[in-house]
Amino acid sequence: MALGSLRLPFTGGTRTGTAAARARRRRRLRVLAFLSPWLAGFALFFAYPLAATIYFSFTRYNLFTLEYVGWDNYAYLLEDGQAWKAMRNTLWLVAVLVPLRLLFGLGVAQLLTRIKAGGGVLRSIFYLPYLIPPVSATVAFVFLMNPGTGPFPTILDRLGITLPDFFNEAAWAKPGLTLLGIWAVGDIMIIMLAALLNVPRSLYEAAAIDGAGAWSRFRHITLPTVSPVLAFCAVTGVIETLQYFTQAMVAGKVASGRADLPGTQYQPGYPGDSTLTFPQWLYDQGFRQFNMGYACVLALMMFAMAMVFTLFLLRQFKAFAGEEAS
Amino acid sequence: MRSGGRTRRALMWVAVHATAVAVALMFLAPLVFIALTAVMSDRQALSDDLWPREWHFGNFVDVFSGDMVRWTVNSTVYAGLSTVFMLVSSVPVAYALARFRFRGRNVALVVVISAMMLPPQVTMVPLYIVWARLDLTGTLWPLIIPQLFGDAFSIFLLRQFLVTIPREYADAARVDGCGEFRTMLQVVLPMAKPALAAVALFQFFYCWNDYFRPLVYADPDHWTLAIGVATFRAAHEVEWNLTMAATLLTILPVLIVFFLAQRVFIQGVTLTGVKG
Repeated sequence: MALGSLRLPFTGGTRTGTAAARARRRRRLRVLAFLSPWLAGFALFFAYPLAATIYFSFTRYNLFTLEYVGWDNYAYLLEDGQAWKAMRNTLWLVAVLVPLRLLFGLGVAQLLTRIKAGGGVLRSIFYLPYLIPPVSATVAFVFLMNPGTGPFPTILDRLGITLPDFFNEAAWAKPGLTLLGIWAVGDIMIIMLAALLNVPRSLYEAAAIDGAGAWSRFRHITLPTVSPVLAFCAVTGVIETLQYFTQAMVAGKVASGRADLPGTQYQPGYPGDSTLTFPQWLYDQGFRQFNMGYACVLALMMFAMAMVFTLFLLRQFKAFAGEEAS
Repeated sequence: MRSGGRTRRALMWVAVHATAVAVALMFLAPLVFIALTAVMSDRQALSDDLWPREWHFGNFVDVFSGDMVRWTVNSTVYAGLSTVFMLVSSVPVAYALARFRFRGRNVALVVVISAMMLPPQVTMVPLYIVWARLDLTGTLWPLIIPQLFGDAFSIFLLRQFLVTIPREYADAARVDGCGEFRTMLQVVLPMAKPALAAVALFQFFYCWNDYFRPLVYADPDHWTLAIGVATFRAAHEVEWNLTMAATLLTILPVLIVFFLAQRVFIQGVTLTGVKG
């Protein structure tokens, strides 16, 4: 084996040697040709902007004047109360929204595996809300939950239950967004359903013979088999939630009745900074106040957090990175 | 003992199905109420009535005019061009990652996955500066042009599908004297139609639903439906019926495509997750 990789001297000049070398070069060029869009894209839209983000984070830049300020932007981050408020809100969503979506997605999928008739229709119904454009879903949700006019408070009111004013009370805005996220659980549900259907039936039959109860079957057979998929959903869920922007921004806009129209500019976070997520603060600093240098510091914070979770994910992917049909 | 087991199983069946139907109704209820509110009069939409007293189907016509038409055109152009560009640039990359053996292939794959996981906000500021220098901020081109350079998520998904196609087909074509590019186009891609359809649909709807990136770049002339609908409430004060009609109009294309291509969607989602 080691001998095969040894280069023997004085054989390079023969005809077969050059032909092989030429073929190898052709193969290498072919790989480069096929990969060229991505190689260019990687340089232009990944490597360059990442390096530039680091560079700009040491400057004060508003698109017109650029000034090197050293670590000033980083020092400012420490005293920027809004940034930490935004960070707390984002972490709240990571800690509450992600586990609840996983739990609910797994629960609904488990339910579907036990449905004999009409399973296909039910699966479509559970998947559907996930497909609704997030902006539309949020606009509709704020109206549906609006006390006095919204159908949900109205119906529950007739049953004697009073709902909180979800998107106008600081304490209830994030729970409101959580409900919205649970409604759109379809992606996790479909992935979990496929994973559950992959669990070998023979395992359940063997357990049934041993007299294992439903909970014990779930705990000792289902959970261990689907846990890699569950981990995948958890990590991607965390990374998505770190980017949570649209629903929070739109809910605040619609509930406050303000938008980016002349005279009614919306300051993210309504009500009372409760929906101000980290990406919204970055957007506000970078593209509304044009504090581009400081926005880069915020971007690097996001990068660091996302990277930690991506590394988790890569460890999982390693197993199949080399896998290939023969 | 035996009959007790049977009753228990029957009760279980009823419980499972009842729960499933109840949850399904809860999932459908918002859509039903959106549709009902969309056809109410503006006065009634503000009341606590749940059922329309008069059916105002004209609301859809009122809403779908002027701005809304322009937003729809912008969204369609943005999503359509992005999808075409993404396919042209990502397919060869995915093919190379799945088919060719070369040094650094695993590194390339790791980079693709990292790029897929990179939040778009991280690279937003320097890219915005570049597009501003090129005088393209205000339009949607800063979001469309990068699709010519491969999309990490699509590359990854396509690659996952392409590795499952047995090598023999491509090898046979090559023996027949078919070049690698032609082998890809005429032999492998026809077998990968479901995966191609899935990434195309995902890309189209990702753009159709996108809010953050158009919000950063587009001026009001280039607003997409997503931005437009988010400002609808502020522009129309308390006309919830019109807001819901507009919302429903943005949901409709997604619903139609979903029912036509349901299998494609579900296969695609499964491809991203389960292999992990």
